[in-house]
Amino acid sequence: MRDTAAHRVTRWTLRLIVIGYLLFLVIWPVALVAAKTFANGLAPVINALRQPEVIFAFQLTLSAAFWAVVINTIFGVGISLLLVRYTFPGRRALNAMVDLPLSVSPVVVGLALVLVYNGRTGWLGQGLEQAGLQVIYAPPGIIMATAFVSLPLVIREVVPVLQEIGTEQEQAARSLGASGLQTFARITLPAIKWGLLYGVVLSLARSLGEFGAVKIVSGGVAMRTQTATLLVEERYQQFGVVNSITAYTAAFILALIAVVALIIITSLRPGKGTSE
Amino acid sequence: MTPSSGTVEAQQLVPTPPAGAATNAGGPRDRHRLRRTKSATSLTPVSALGLGVSLMWFSLLVLIPLTAVLVQASAGGWSAYWDALSSPQTLAALKLTVATAVLVTAVNVVMGTAIAWVLVRDQFRGKQLLEVVIDIPFALPTIVAGLVLLSLYGPSSPLGVNWANTRVAVFLAFLFVTLPFIVRTVQPVLLELEHEVEEAAASLGANQLTTFRLVILPSLAPAITSGAALSFCRAISEYGSLVLLSGNLPYSTEVASVRIMSSIEGDKLTEAAAVASILLVVALIVIVVLDLISRRVARYA
Repeated sequence: MRDTAAHRVTRWTLRLIVIGYLLFLVIWPVALVAAKTFANGLAPVINALRQPEVIFAFQLTLSAAFWAVVINTIFGVGISLLLVRYTFPGRRALNAMVDLPLSVSPVVVGLALVLVYNGRTGWLGQGLEQAGLQVIYAPPGIIMATAFVSLPLVIREVVPVLQEIGTEQEQAARSLGASGLQTFARITLPAIKWGLLYGVVLSLARSLGEFGAVKIVSGGVAMRTQTATLLVEERYQQFGVVNSITAYTAAFILALIAVVALIIITSLRPGKGTSE
Repeated sequence: MTPSSGTVEAQQLVPTPPAGAATNAGGPRDRHRLRRTKSATSLTPVSALGLGVSLMWFSLLVLIPLTAVLVQASAGGWSAYWDALSSPQTLAALKLTVATAVLVTAVNVVMGTAIAWVLVRDQFRGKQLLEVVIDIPFALPTIVAGLVLLSLYGPSSPLGVNWANTRVAVFLAFLFVTLPFIVRTVQPVLLELEHEVEEAAASLGANQLTTFRLVILPSLAPAITSGAALSFCRAISEYGSLVLLSGNLPYSTEVASVRIMSSIEGDKLTEAAAVASILLVVALIVIVVLDLISRRVARYA
């Protein structure tokens, strides 16, 4: 490309504006949270992590996120195969609808689940409660809310890869006598594995950090239904240095997980291009 | 080709599209559909069962609950629905939400395109780091995002400002959480753009601004529109980052989702559902708009 003086001026101006913008919006604020967490050294942070409420909150968050990701992975791969490889009435509508959870407010998600699954008046909640399964204010509700908000992430990664690889190899496998399951395990799965892994890491990051929807369906009772993000909110709003350090510590760990997940994703991304 | 880190970096640094970059266009699907016979794509018993199970789960998790919101909103009839929406506090919340979301989307259209341009066309040390920074708002839990902004723009700000509990805080929170959308939709399109056309325009005497306006911008317009729709939708539905940051003061910094939350906490589910139905309808409109845009782009690609 030609590199005239005018081009250079434009390039430098844009570069500085963009770096300045990101510095004030993202980089500096995130760095400050890390600095505040360790403002009084390492000891208060370790003490904060020893609190039973904190340990419980992270355990609950991890297990809810784990189950939500398992559900979304199985469901996501299934739906992706159906959307790309088959034609059926309503396919286009379903294709558009699976993206819906990404644009619905977490608060609306929470409200929607409470309306259907609460034990008192819910359409399905009353029956489930009588059968002994409490959904709202209990772990199943937390898992459902988490699965709802991260539902499209696996699908959005797997669908384009499936479209790109085409069906020649699968058809060849089938014509050589492979069963549907064999074809999936030997041909399709290896082809989509990077896209799938990318989607799984993305879902996991999203699941660990869900706040609004979980706040409504869980009730946020410490040691019972309080997840890590809910703990951050509660502790930040309470007085005292210990609570504030605890809030910052939990927030720092959540941020650290998010950034590590991002770095994994970024290093996986080029794999998509070379997996053909 | 073996994916070694060397080739991967080379691929990213050269601003020409790698072989697989065309995935976003949506075109390949139609091509495959044409190539295959009808019998190969109709449902087999196993896939029909899979479709049944998937649809059942999707209905239980998403469709039935969202329908319940609309049913609950209409539970008291039109007049109750209208009363819930036209209460001064709700109206103030809706106005603030939409106005701030429009403003933030406008900023994103400019800044998002600029960031995408810098990421694709500019080369400098540390550019890879910016790639990660762009996605941080998407990966960071929203409650942590609130805490993060509070540390620079809150009471103990090193800048000496205190925008906590003001409308500026709402604006900043929306701006933070919507940062990646336009960047990530524009970036792949910019990567695929041919340099030759721009150089032809420049050699015919067009200055940079004219080239951008007449050559680059038209190709980016669908991507910018998609990103803007996503960004607007994300902004009006934002909740978590505002909880600690905006103070949620009625008539001042209370947004739609916070209004819904306080209605739920006050056990006024019909009121909550009425406001929620507005957000839901906007989400549906955005989905339809995006679907239409992607179809248009696929047709002309």
